[in-house]
Formats: sequence, C-alpha cells, structure tokens
Amino acid sequence: MPSEPSAQLLHAPGGQTPFQALWRTREYLRPYRWQLALMLTLAIGSVGSEIVIPLLTKAVIDGPIAHSERRLLLPLGLAAIGLGTAQAALNLIRRWVQASAVTGMELSMRDDIYAHLQRLHSDFHGSWQSGQLLSRATTDLSAIRRFAGFGTIFFITNVVTYVTVIALLIDLNWWLGLLTGCVFLPVAVACFRFERRYRVLSRRAQDQQGDLATYVEDAAAGIRVLKALGRRDKAAERHTAQAARVYRTQLDMARLRGTFWAGLDLIPNIMIGMILLLGTLAASRHELSLGGLVAFITLTLQLVWPIEAMGYILATGQEAATAAQRIYEILDTEPAITDPGAARPGAAPRQGAARHGAAAGPAGPGRLVFDHVAFRYPGAQRPVLSDIGLELEPGETLALVGATGAGKTTLLQLIPRLADVTGGAIRLDGTDIRELTLPLLRTRVGCAFEDPTLFSASVRENVSFGAADASQAAIEAALAAAQAGFVYDLPWGLDTRIGEQGMALSGGQRQRVALARAILARPSVLVLDDPLSALDVHTEAKVTEALSRVLSASTALVVAHRPSTVLLADRVALLDGGVISALGTHRELLAGNPRYRDLMSAAPLPAEPDPGDAAGQDLTGARR
Amino acid sequence: MSGPAQGAGPAQGAGPAQGAGPAQGAGPAQGAGPAQGAGPAQGAGPAAGAEPAVEAWRGIAAEDEDDISASLSALLRLRGRRLLQDLLRPYRASVTGILVLILIANLGALAGPWLVGIGVDRVPQLTRSHDLAPMVVIIGFFAVAVLTQAVATRAFIAAMGRLGGTVVLELRCRLFAHFQRLPVAFHERYTSGRVISRQVSDVDSISDLFDEGLDSLVSAVFSLLLVGAGMLLLDWQLGLVVLAGFAPLIWLTAWFRRESALAYRRTRDTIALVIVQFVETFGGIQAVQAFRREQRNEEIFGELNQGYADASLRSSRLIAIYSPGITLVGNLAVGAVLLYGGLRVIDGDMKVGVLVTFLLYLQRFFDPLQDLSQFYNTFQSAAAALEKISGVLDEEPQVAEPADPVTLPPPGTGTSGRSVTFESVRFGYRRKTVLPGLDLSIPAGQTAALVGATGAGKTTIARLLARFYDPGQGRILLDGVDLRQLSEQSLRAGIIMITQENFLFSGTIAENIELGKPGSSRAEVQAAAAAIGAHEFIAALPDGYDAQVGKRGGRLSAGQRQLISFARAFIAAPAVLVLDEATSLLDIPSERLVQGALRTILAGRTALIIAHRLSTVEIADRVLVIDDGRIVEDGPPGQLLTTDGEFSALHASWRDSLA
Repeated sequence: MPSEPSAQLLHAPGGQTPFQALWRTREYLRPYRWQLALMLTLAIGSVGSEIVIPLLTKAVIDGPIAHSERRLLLPLGLAAIGLGTAQAALNLIRRWVQASAVTGMELSMRDDIYAHLQRLHSDFHGSWQSGQLLSRATTDLSAIRRFAGFGTIFFITNVVTYVTVIALLIDLNWWLGLLTGCVFLPVAVACFRFERRYRVLSRRAQDQQGDLATYVEDAAAGIRVLKALGRRDKAAERHTAQAARVYRTQLDMARLRGTFWAGLDLIPNIMIGMILLLGTLAASRHELSLGGLVAFITLTLQLVWPIEAMGYILATGQEAATAAQRIYEILDTEPAITDPGAARPGAAPRQGAARHGAAAGPAGPGRLVFDHVAFRYPGAQRPVLSDIGLELEPGETLALVGATGAGKTTLLQLIPRLADVTGGAIRLDGTDIRELTLPLLRTRVGCAFEDPTLFSASVRENVSFGAADASQAAIEAALAAAQAGFVYDLPWGLDTRIGEQGMALSGGQRQRVALARAILARPSVLVLDDPLSALDVHTEAKVTEALSRVLSASTALVVAHRPSTVLLADRVALLDGGVISALGTHRELLAGNPRYRDLMSAAPLPAEPDPGDAAGQDLTGARR
Repeated sequence: MSGPAQGAGPAQGAGPAQGAGPAQGAGPAQGAGPAQGAGPAQGAGPAAGAEPAVEAWRGIAAEDEDDISASLSALLRLRGRRLLQDLLRPYRASVTGILVLILIANLGALAGPWLVGIGVDRVPQLTRSHDLAPMVVIIGFFAVAVLTQAVATRAFIAAMGRLGGTVVLELRCRLFAHFQRLPVAFHERYTSGRVISRQVSDVDSISDLFDEGLDSLVSAVFSLLLVGAGMLLLDWQLGLVVLAGFAPLIWLTAWFRRESALAYRRTRDTIALVIVQFVETFGGIQAVQAFRREQRNEEIFGELNQGYADASLRSSRLIAIYSPGITLVGNLAVGAVLLYGGLRVIDGDMKVGVLVTFLLYLQRFFDPLQDLSQFYNTFQSAAAALEKISGVLDEEPQVAEPADPVTLPPPGTGTSGRSVTFESVRFGYRRKTVLPGLDLSIPAGQTAALVGATGAGKTTIARLLARFYDPGQGRILLDGVDLRQLSEQSLRAGIIMITQENFLFSGTIAENIELGKPGSSRAEVQAAAAAIGAHEFIAALPDGYDAQVGKRGGRLSAGQRQLISFARAFIAAPAVLVLDEATSLLDIPSERLVQGALRTILAGRTALIIAHRLSTVEIADRVLVIDDGRIVEDGPPGQLLTTDGEFSALHASWRDSLA
C-alpha cells in the first residue's frame, strides 16, 4: 500500500493516539448507554448462572450420590435446569439489545462519514483513492462495531469470571486453585500475541489480494488491448506470480493457526492432567471431595474460553483503536472551501442555510470577471495559472484554447469553486465568488466536464442531477438541446438505469447526457470542458447547432481542442504559460498568432517525396 | 454448558476475527453485479412519479443474469459441486490424509474426558491403598492422548490450509486464463464488472472459507459424531436421553439455515447498494459538488444505509435466537444428566466417572452447532461463488484456437506487410446483420482508410480482422491463410489493432510500451517512443520512462495515453496494423505528431484505418466509403475527391469546420 503512508502524511490529524480516537467514539455510543449497562448486567448474570452449575454438580455428587439419597437429587437437578434456562434467556435478551445498539451506532457513524466526505474539497478526494475511503466506511467501522458490541462488555465480564472462578477454585483447594490461576495468565498473553501476529498476516494477505484485484481489474478492462497484442500468456504469468504471493501468505496463516489451536487445546489439557493427578491425590487425603474434584475440573474448563477471548478482545481493541484513528482522520479534516462567514470551517452551515453575503441575487445577468487570478496546487513549485485576466460579458461565449497541460481544466474548476484561487479573484456580477454561498454560486454556474460522470441511477435522475425538482418539460428540453434523444429509445426510456450498474452508453452518448445535465438548470454561467470530444462529425454538427442556441442565453466558457468547438464561441482566449496570451476571434488568431495556428489548424505535414501520395498533397493544398 | 455458548462466537479465535462479513471492503462493489434492482425497482415501473422518490431514482435495469429461477438452482449446485470435485481430484491423497488426521485428533480429544472419568472412579481405591501406580498409568495415557491430539490438530490445520491455498491458487489461474481465452464478444456481454467480481469477490469468498475455519468446522462435525457414539457406548440409556435433545436442535437449525439464507442475501444486496453509492459519490465528487447534489445524496445514502442496518439487524437477531437456543438445549442436557445420570449412579447402574465423562463430553457436544451459526454465511457465499464460477468455466470460447495451426509463409520481399482478403464475409450481432457479404482485398503494404457514418460497420470490419469475432459466413485471409487456422501467437504477430480506448495498465510507462514486445531493452523502448514523438513528454516527466501511469493511465492525458499505445504497437512491429478511431482523442498538435509517426510506422506495412477526422485519411493510399456494411466508394483519395460522391461531400464539410 504505497499510497497509504503518503495520504496519512498529507492529512495528519491533530496527533491523537489510536486509543484517544477510540475513546472519542463513545459519542456515538452515548444514545445507547442504558442498553450497554443492561447488556453488561445481563452478561454478568449469565456468567454467574454458568458458574453456579458446576457447584450444583458438586452438590449432586457429594450429596445425593455419595449418600444414595434420591430425595435431594430432584431439587438440585431442577435448580440446574432452572439456572440453565435463565442463562439462555439472559443471553437472548443481551444479544437482542446488543444487535440494535451496535447497528444503530454503525449506522450513524457511516452517515456522518458520508456527509462529511461530501463536503470536503475535491483536492482532498484527489489525494485519496476511493477504495481507501470505502474501507474506512466499511472495514474500519466493522472493527469498531465488533469491539463496541462485544469487546467492551466481555472485557469486564471475563475479568469478573476469572476472578470469581479462581476464588471458587481456591476455596475448593487453595494450592491447586492458586496454581491454576497462575498457569492461565500466560495463556491470555499468548492468545493476544497470536491474535496480533495473525492480524498482521491477514492484513498482508488482504493487501496482496488487493494488488491481485487491481491486476485482475486491469486485465478485465484492458481485455481488448491484451487480445489485440496477443499478450495472454504474459498476462497469465504476471497474474500467477501475484496469486502465488497471496498463496504463500495464506500458508503462513494456516501454519500459525495450526500451532495456536493445537496449543490452545494442549495447555488446558495439561492443566486437567495435572488436576487429575494432584486432585485425586488430594481427594484420597480428603482434602477435596469427589464432587469438589469434578467441579474443579469443569470450572477450570470454563476458564478456557474467557482467557482465550481476552486475547481476541485485546487484539480487537487494538484494531478498533487504529480504525477509529483512521476514521477521525477523515472526520477531523476540515473542508477548505466553505461558505462565506462560516465561523469555523468544521461547523459550516448545511446546504441552503446561510444567505450571508449573497450580494448578487440569482437573477444577475452573469458577467464573469477574472481579476489577476493565480492558482498553484498545494506543494507544487510553480503555479499552473499565474495571472489570468478575462472579462466575459453577459451572454457571451468564450472559447478557451491551450496545449495539453496548460491549465484549462484547472481554470474551469475555479468558477464553481471546486478549487479556490490562490491569488486574485473571480467576480460574478461584481461580487467575489467567495462572498457567495456555495449553493447560490453553484446554482448560477452549470458545468460539464471532459470525462462525463454518470451515476448508477435513472436517466431522469442523472439529468436532473442538480435540480431534483425539474419538470418533465424542462428535462425534455435539456435532452433535446443536447441531442440526447436516444434516451427515449432505451428499454425503459427516462427510467432506464444508466451508469456502471445499468445500461452501458457510448462515450458520445454519455457526453450528451452530461451536457443535458449542465444546461437543464438554465444557469447564468455555463462551464463546458471540451464537451464534444467523443462525438462523431455528424452528431457534433447537430449538437453544435442546438448548443449555440442555448449558449445565447448564458455566459459560457468552453474549453476547445478543435476548430469545430471553437466555432461556438464569440471570442477565443489562448491560455499559454499560465496567462491569457492572446484574445480575439478564431479568424483573427488563426491569422495573427502562430501559437494558436499550431494548436488549431491541421497544418501541412512535412512534404512527402513519395509520388504515390499525390492525394495527400492535394488535400493540404486545398486547405491552404 | 460453558464455552462459546455464551460468547458472541467471534471469540472462536482466528477465523471470525477477519470474518467481518459483508464489509470486507471493495469486493461487493463489483459483486453487486450490474442489475441489483430487478426486485424493487422493477415494481416502481415507469410510473416513477407515483412512487415515493426513494427507490425511483435508481431507475430500471435488465434482470441480472446471475439471478436464476429455483428450478435452475439445483442444476447450478450440481455444477458447483462438480467443479469442487474436479479441483480436489488431484489431491485425493491429501484429502484422505487430512480426514485421518482429524479423526486421530478427535479420538485423542475423546479419550481425555473418558480417562478423567476412570481417574475419578479410582479415587475411593486410592483413598484405601495410597497406591499411585494405576493413577500414573491413567495420567500417562492421558498425556499420550492430549499430545496426539495437539500434534494431529496442528498437522491437519496446516495441511488443510495448504490444500485450500493450492485449490484457490489453481482456481484463480484457471479462471484468469479462461477469461483471457474467451472472445471479446463474451466480455462485452458479460461486462468487466462481472469478470472482476468472479475473480475477486467470488474467489475470495471461497478462500475465506478455508481461512476462516473450514478446518474447525469439519473437525466439529467429526467430534459431534464421535462424542455421540462415545456417549452411547459408555451408557446407552443416558446417551439416548442426551441425544433426544437433538430433535429440537435439528428443527432449530433448519429454521436458522432457511432464515439466514434470506437474511444473508438481503445483507449482501443492501451493502452492495451502500458501497456503490459511496464509491460513485466520491468517484464523481466534482459533479456532486458542482451540481449541489450533497443534500439529495445524503437522503439517498441515508435510505440505503438504513436498509443495510435493517438487514444486518435482522441477521444478528437470528443468531440472537439460535445461539441461546443451543445453549438452552445444552444446559437442559446437563440438567438431565445430573437428574437421570445421578439416579442411575445411585441405583448402581452407572459409575460416577461415567457421569463426569458425560458432563465433560457435553461441553464439546453442542459447540459445533454454535460454529455453524458463525460460518454459515461464509459457507453460503462460498457455495454461491462456486456456482457462478463454474458457470463461467463451462463457457466455451467461440473464437477457438485451431487444434492444428498453419504457419504463415514468410513475408514477400521488399515489404514487411502481408495481404488481407475478406471473402464474402457475412456478420451480424444477434438479429441485426451488419455486413451482408463483404469482399475486400488489400495488397501487402497498402494503407486503406475506412470512412462512413456511425453504425456503417467500419468497426466491425476492423474487429473481424483482429479476430475479436469470427465471421458468420465467408473467410478472412492473411497472406492466403484463414485467420481461424492461425495460432494465437502468429495471428497476433501478424495483426495488431489500436483503438481509441488507449488502455494503459498500472505500472510504468516503459512497462506499458514493452507490452508490445516483451523483453525489449530500454533503448528499444526509447526508440519506439521517439519514433512516435512521445519521447519528449516522457523525458519531461519526473521519473521519465519509469513514471507510474496511475490507475488505467489516469495520471496522463488522453493524448499522452494514446501516444504510448502507439509506441506499444510500433515496438510490436506487426505485419498488419488496424487503427480504429485511434487519433480522435488527440489534440491537434499531438494528432499531427502521430500522423508524422504513422508514416514511419506504416512504411512497408499493411494498414486499415478508421477515422472520423478526415485528417487521418491524408496518409492513406486508398479510401473505402462504407454504407450499411457495403463498400460504396473505393479508390485513391485524390481520385474520389474529383467525383461527386460521399467522400467528397464529407471532405467538404470537414474542410468547412477547419475554417
């Protein structure tokens, strides 16, 4: 897991230890504190009745059996049955209560993690793999749940059991009891050590399985490349090598497990053997009754589970503590991009709450000004954007052109505040966008990104993504403008599920759905990142035509890689070296700016001496 | 009763510690399969407005092919079992050995309480004679028994782990190789999500079965049988009384199995939905935030999370009933042994030692059922996984390799290309015919460009040539040899296709280029990159050729990825190159760069190029305009431009767009 440590370095929490983090999780247990108290009481009651049963056995053997008195047998037997029934009933109630308490705790923690992550800036998400976030919301939460529901209760209960049983054993025979008490303590330590070592191995196995899974995913998604290149055997070779690493770790695990379980059987058995020898000796000297000997053995066996469980509980506790630390690492990260006037970023008001600083109403005309805007990624040496100056009049469409890596996409992200400028300001109708609330700003700005993100939901939900209350007519109009009429031909029309878990759409189709999403809300500013790259020539022409109508109503900034997209715009800005190096119409720039010509015209290829290529010469000649 | 009966089972040790159940991590994300929603969403129907908006948002998807009718399930179980037998067959000796070891371990465990009983009966004699000798003999036997038990236990757990690991490794490799062999058409139908979940979450759940206590469970079953037999042997009357407790347990267990099968399914489905929502939200966080989606997402996630909580609550409550149920029966058995056994001892029908042995046996007797409640989910998911995997392995590759491959003749002099011929090739997907009967001959060394509207059949022609599919009728020949007669090796050495997918594998840039020609030197890799025009940007990266490309090349731009995939094809130096839309994602300077490079690559090679952007066509010797699967225009581009055909019209509109 090479990315894990670096991610932790980047987002180091306020230096809390794992156990401090675990202690903090009690805030989620607070609503269930009475249930917890009840669970503890029930668990101790259950253990109590379990301990009493061997004493009843002793009474039966030393009483009715020793003296052949049938009369006393029945009440003792019935008492055992009564206690046994009570124990089962107590267990049932405890488990029942426990189930709802820990489930409720897990539920609210997961809700909080999700809600918090949604408010964290996209730069945070860029530095974390989504799989890691997921494992915090699933695996780590389970670890905490296991400890909270089981570990805490039985930690106490087992200590009580141990002390009580040893006390009873000492009462039966003091030296044998003391001996037993001493032998079992190292067993607890050994169990804990085993659990810890086993967990290290199993975490390693999980990591190796994760690496293997990554390769399997690659090979599945890249199947066409592997087939086209005929690299089947090489792929299988690499897969086998990785699978073999998992195999070796699993062997280590099995070996460790074998040793542990054998030892766990052996140590109590040695203890029993010792008790059998010394106990019968003691019994023969009347230091211990026959029933006492039997009770001694059964009670000793009853210690095995609590001792073994202590190792498990301690290891679970350690695991839960690390898990809690990892979860609070997320929950303690504060959103970097917040509403204006939020006193503490962590306490940012929820959506739609604050109206503070909403100087420009939603109905502003949409004049967008970049005033000496600079942006530098955290930790980067040089800024991506050093001094951007641009003014977009209401209703104007401006194309943004630049080489790959010039910072076009970065510039667009600044407008809906997916990232914040590190210098200068962006103004919408005269107000710095940082003075607007996020919901208001993002209502006024609509976006479509180069890689259209669709979610596993219906077409309707995907299109009305930012406007849940959009009318059917509005949705249809947006789909029409984006030339996305194909959605009506899907099996269930607008209710068809698309995205990863639904119907697969082609790249061009996905772009059109994303485009419809951007224009649905009729934003006053439209931000489009090369929205037509995956369309074929015919569709592109149709979308361009429809889009130019939509664009006349909004101020728009469109990233363009191709002349056909540039044609949508009134003016073109050339982004080069972190500044806007040229501004003008497509024709002006094509005529006067060599850099622009280099980017936007399929300039003639170096002349081909091959006489067979006369056609190529023709084409280039025609364009000149 | 003692022991696990009261603990929440996790304390069984190593196993369940990892058995976090459904929340194993990313697994279920893929395991969810493409169509979870067949159930509730189906009901919502198109009339989404009438439904509470909770479920309607998900929309409707086709029924999951993994969901099968009850009548089929018996067949599937059989198939799964056959696969298991098939996997275990080579290890029959080792399976037998393991079973023998388990038997020995359990006999050792059984001997302990029996010897304790004998020892207890010795007490009165010992009191009289103070002769320790018989006691020492008993203790000696006891020591032998427990040592045997420990050694056998250790051996069988390790052996079982090795067997499990070997079987899982074998299964992984078999499955991976099989998926690699299955044709592209299969992958398109099956979707990569399911390919992944078969190989990841399904194999993992089989692996979990071995890791999480199949050993203790098999051992438990043995101990159940042996302890039962032991009790009947010692005192059949008392034994029968104890075994009578089994009747309600069988009923309880049947109930638990039925209910937990349902509950398990529900848990699995609901957590899958939670995971999908989680992963998609944060995978698309920019869209989520830009469209102020947070509130709605919280509502949706809240519902899904609640659904999962309800399902897991139900699942825990089943155990909350089952486990104390076993405790109850066990405790009642103890009471019965004390009452009836005590009576028999008083009447002189039984010795006290036997009573003690019974009490000790009881501690072992009911535990296996507790284990069952712990491992049942693991079992279920492993069984389900085995069924699904066996289904995939039964799938025959339709684009099969020849049993007796033909070798290609050496390429003609003066060219490294080979001729390509389509002979009345007919092809269709399901009902729709795409190519009614294509005849096309491309001589060695010629570059032919395919032009035409979306859906005309251009990509199908390219894919047939790359043998992603086989034609329904007719033949495709490479230097006169039918593609179906070529071995995978010589086919791929002959024909390479590059698509706009430009897929990169996780790893370094050099590794990705090297994939074109395994074992090539760094100098060769650099030369290939330089020929394509990719050297400059690669050299400018901090780690140069050793730069990690990130997941699926995510750290590079689409254009950069495409250049690398060109370098990959260049280094492979095939006789025939197929380019499907390969330059459409490049920006204009990169495209220009690539086109310059293409002249170098294509020199002397045969090529088939598909392009929407007509700039690519400039380097072609010949243009083929395709309409409805037929060639409607054919000739050198210069010549076609002079006629009043489709190509000259396309060309004119393209030229306009450049203005």
